Amino acid sequence: MKEPRELNLPDTVRYTRDHEWAAMPGDTARIGVSDYAQDQLGDIVYVEMPEVGSAFARGDTFGTLESVKAVSELYMPMGGEVVAVNEALVDAPELINRDSYDNWIIEIRPSNPAEYEKLMTSEGYLEMLKE
Amino acid sequence: MRYLPHTDEEIREMLAVVGKESLADLFCSIPGECRFEGELPLPPALNEWNLNAHFRQLTDMMAVDQDFKILIGAGSYHHHIPETIRALASRSEFLTAYTPYQPEMAQGTLQGIFEYQTLTARLLGMDVANASMYDGASALAEALLMGLRIAKKKPKVAVSRAIHPHYRQVAKTYLQATDFELLELPFLENGRTDLSALKDRTDIAAVAVQSPNFFGVLEDLPAAGEAIHAAGALFIGCFTEPLAFGLVKNPGQCGADIACGEGQSLGLARSFGGAGLGMFACREQFTRSLPGRLVGETVDLDGKRGFVLTLATREQHIRREKATSNICTNQGLCALTAAMYMASLGGGGLRELARLNYDKTEYLKGELQKAGGTPVFSSPSFNEFVMAFEDDFQPVYRRLLEKKIVAGLELGRYYPELAGRYLFCVTETLSKNDLDEVVREVRG
Repeated sequence: MKEPRELNLPDTVRYTRDHEWAAMPGDTARIGVSDYAQDQLGDIVYVEMPEVGSAFARGDTFGTLESVKAVSELYMPMGGEVVAVNEALVDAPELINRDSYDNWIIEIRPSNPAEYEKLMTSEGYLEMLKE
Repeated sequence: MRYLPHTDEEIREMLAVVGKESLADLFCSIPGECRFEGELPLPPALNEWNLNAHFRQLTDMMAVDQDFKILIGAGSYHHHIPETIRALASRSEFLTAYTPYQPEMAQGTLQGIFEYQTLTARLLGMDVANASMYDGASALAEALLMGLRIAKKKPKVAVSRAIHPHYRQVAKTYLQATDFELLELPFLENGRTDLSALKDRTDIAAVAVQSPNFFGVLEDLPAAGEAIHAAGALFIGCFTEPLAFGLVKNPGQCGADIACGEGQSLGLARSFGGAGLGMFACREQFTRSLPGRLVGETVDLDGKRGFVLTLATREQHIRREKATSNICTNQGLCALTAAMYMASLGGGGLRELARLNYDKTEYLKGELQKAGGTPVFSSPSFNEFVMAFEDDFQPVYRRLLEKKIVAGLELGRYYPELAGRYLFCVTETLSKNDLDEVVREVRG
């Protein structure tokens, strides 16, 4: 497994303590998991995603990531309504291992866009990982 | 796989490593007030001949299959167990096999379970079957929980009142500690489940219907499936007599999402209600919600076929409180026996056997009617039916008992409205003579 300095932590997204990332270019936000998360989990074999149209609050569980050895819950970095899920992950969950940023998991319409500012920057996230 | 118990020497060595004096010291973390003090209230040990005499005494108090003709099913059926099955199932390799966590040394066990799963899925008409649950009753409870898991936000499940009373009691026990509600659907005059209460409901996660039901009545499963799906619920097709599927459509063919029930009829002795076999299967889309063990087929590094426990992330040792069940075992020997039985019978044998059960039961039903009895339910049945008699049946029952025939099960204590009515079961093991004798006594 990777050392903190080997991790890919782009500064174009923001991070949560539970290792999700969020990117909010416009009206919608995309959510995925960090390079640290996919590295720790190992080969991902299944992604449980919510139904389009379902709504969650910040911190709610919206799905799970399953690897051969563990199941990890996915928590909302921000509250909102699911407008899209990444269908490619249904047949190829391993895409998350290949690139956990290109391969987002869900896309939401944030209920409170201001929550984005509360998320960690990549520096902050790296600091947290080093602790 | 051999069982090699520890020697006293080995135990002493291990205790020394962990720094304990005796085995009792290993439990030092259990507080005093939780410990049982004094002698265990057990009778003294008996020697072999006294032990045999004791059990013979107990046996003499009961009507045992070989000695008596027992016309009772009610979830436990007297079918012929071929000698080949007895011989194979008693092999030490099968009797002593344990949980196949290490695939590198348990390929035989794993393959056996895989074959059982395959045969079960075929018998029930489903995509996936698990390695088995404890028995039909707990399998139903697990199916209801599975339905609740899949439906996510729906708080209720429903079971037909024509499902075996013990199964409903077990389901109630399982759901007692939860916030989920268990509804009971009544049965109609014709003996089939009344599903009208489902109309326009949206709060039910799953509905279970048994067929043949406790009264031996064959439910209209396709229609039941439609009504259940129309209410947005999952359809659980349950059973206590899987041999019926040699004659009638299986749950899968009738639209069931989950099929579960008791496999005792498939080569297992009744054993006074012991060691059952919970058969459990579902449609592929629900596989990840399945409780219990699952054996999968795969290839090793050299490309050779192998078997392994799979989808372990459903189970409690990984998923903990979010696991699909807390079961971490299966009825290994019983499942293997059932697999042997199904393989020995084959599709053709199963059809013949089912036909025999059905025909003999229809014969008794017809003759009892001619002798003055009235079938309580008009719907078609398989190898059980409920009969009402003009006069009190008790004297007839007692006369037949003296002739070593147990003529049915009085239903009053399970269904108060059916007091004085008797549930009869006829299997391939009863001859025409046996049935004629029952009819003779009824005639008086």
